[in-house]
Amino acid sequence: MGADFVQFSLTPILIGVFAAIACALPGNFLILRRQALIGDAISHVVLPGIVVAFLVTGAVSAMPMLLGAAGAAVLAVVLIELVKRIGGVEPGAAMGVVFTTLFAAGVLILEQSDTSSVHLDVEHALMGNLESLIWLRAEGWHSLLDVEALASLPPELPRMALTCLLITALMLVFWRWLKIATFDEGFAASLGIPAAAVGFALVIAAALSAVAAFDAVGSIIVIAMFVCPPAAARLMTQSLERQVIWSVAFATLSAVLGYVLAGYGPLWLGGADAVSAAGMIAVVSGVILGLACLFGPHRARVGAGAA
Amino acid sequence: MTNGDTSNVLAARIAPGGGTVQEDNAAELARAPLAVRGLTVSYGEKPAVFSVDATFADKAMTAIVGPNGAGKSTLLKACLGIVPRVAGEVRVFGQPLEAARHRIAYVPQRASVDWDFPTTVLDVVRMGLYREAGLFGRFTGRLDTRARKCLERVGMADFATRQIGQLSGGQQQRVFLARALAQEADLYLLDEPFAGVDAATERAIVDVLKLLKAEGKAVVAVHHDLATVADYFDRVFLINVRRIAEGTVAEAFNAETLAAAYGGRLAATHVDELVLAGPLT
Repeated sequence: MGADFVQFSLTPILIGVFAAIACALPGNFLILRRQALIGDAISHVVLPGIVVAFLVTGAVSAMPMLLGAAGAAVLAVVLIELVKRIGGVEPGAAMGVVFTTLFAAGVLILEQSDTSSVHLDVEHALMGNLESLIWLRAEGWHSLLDVEALASLPPELPRMALTCLLITALMLVFWRWLKIATFDEGFAASLGIPAAAVGFALVIAAALSAVAAFDAVGSIIVIAMFVCPPAAARLMTQSLERQVIWSVAFATLSAVLGYVLAGYGPLWLGGADAVSAAGMIAVVSGVILGLACLFGPHRARVGAGAA
Repeated sequence: MTNGDTSNVLAARIAPGGGTVQEDNAAELARAPLAVRGLTVSYGEKPAVFSVDATFADKAMTAIVGPNGAGKSTLLKACLGIVPRVAGEVRVFGQPLEAARHRIAYVPQRASVDWDFPTTVLDVVRMGLYREAGLFGRFTGRLDTRARKCLERVGMADFATRQIGQLSGGQQQRVFLARALAQEADLYLLDEPFAGVDAATERAIVDVLKLLKAEGKAVVAVHHDLATVADYFDRVFLINVRRIAEGTVAEAFNAETLAAAYGGRLAATHVDELVLAGPLT
């Protein structure tokens, strides 16, 4: 656990943890609102936005890509509403149609355009490049106090940390609005709480997490973290407050364990190469969900017999 | 239909020195716990509630009655601003809705929420204290006492720490009523408070509501069971998208008005059959 760890593993693990938490927090409320698919949809639709932003600016830089992703997310929300209204289909179907179409469009544009010179391809979009987000200038733990070394931190780290912090702060400030509006939207509105706006803001927050995380860790983690840690946490407790805390714990565990297993797991098994960290983090979160389903103390629907 | 005239007569008695119909109307709007004029709500192209005038009295329990899809719940939701109104005016104790929200308590349909939500009975009642507690206030001392007292009033004090998913339908409805009581309002709007509850709960809820009435509060409830309208309620508001009739049960709840509300297929003697067969659409 010395200089090598700080140089090669610390930053990817931290980025993974921040990304996982930033997605898991809104995921708690999306799941309770039966809108888990929205997280999935958002993480798919940002691809064409990012690709178009790259084609317009000709560089892989953060700001245009984030704007492109945000634009695509807004476009998707509008398209989903249109399909729902004009087609008269249920929201889930409308989302399914729009996000797969936009994702496919993103893949097509990506393939047709010349992105060979930069690190932007379908694989990157799916799995991110967590392993490459290393801290080259670090020489050990003391580098954490070295201003010069800190300046060379991969920019994804502060960006993801800030996103995570912002999501956490918003959730804490508007906790009661979120809770009341998620449980009973009509009652919330009768109190004068802007319930519809709260629902919309939740989707925006989820989109923000997805876009920020997408760039660093790819869409697989984003999709997994919106659903798996909150769903597993729901099976551990009957209190919303504790559910959110459990989800943060599960998200952190998935990110750390997933990264370590991806790096060292194959070696322990006698293999030669490491496997994708993003893929392994998602797998770990899925395994945690599976274990929670089997052994979680509140896995049965408590109200099933009573009503 | 003479009920519009009836209410105007009532208003005329109250309005100082009689006055014109318009002045009566204004006086009524100024003092009624809840009054709507020309209220129209539309989901898509078809209006759910069309140009409805209604005045709900204080110190009274009023039933909103009508067939399925008649706009009963929508009327309540529009009064609370939960669904947007296309046209019309809502006055609560003579004030615009936003100025008088703190005087209204609302009990939504029990089936409108997911009872598997991870929370406890006491936590749900605390939601009724939101106005006082705000985003950050703590539910201790006075507020905690009030929440527990409200649970007591509906006979659910022993269930405070219980998971809401473990409750029966009747118990869930009592918790919703306790949450509304915690709001300490002057106007109570309830959406089908007796739907799918056991007889003991129905009795308990009626007792609580009658007590509210005795305290001078106004109670307005969407109600499905025509057989109990006369037992439970003082006044009735019949609706089928448009206003059909309004007044005391004796004035406005009869074969003629029911036939008008339920599509002319009923006579008063068929009311029992209607109740057995469920409301016609």
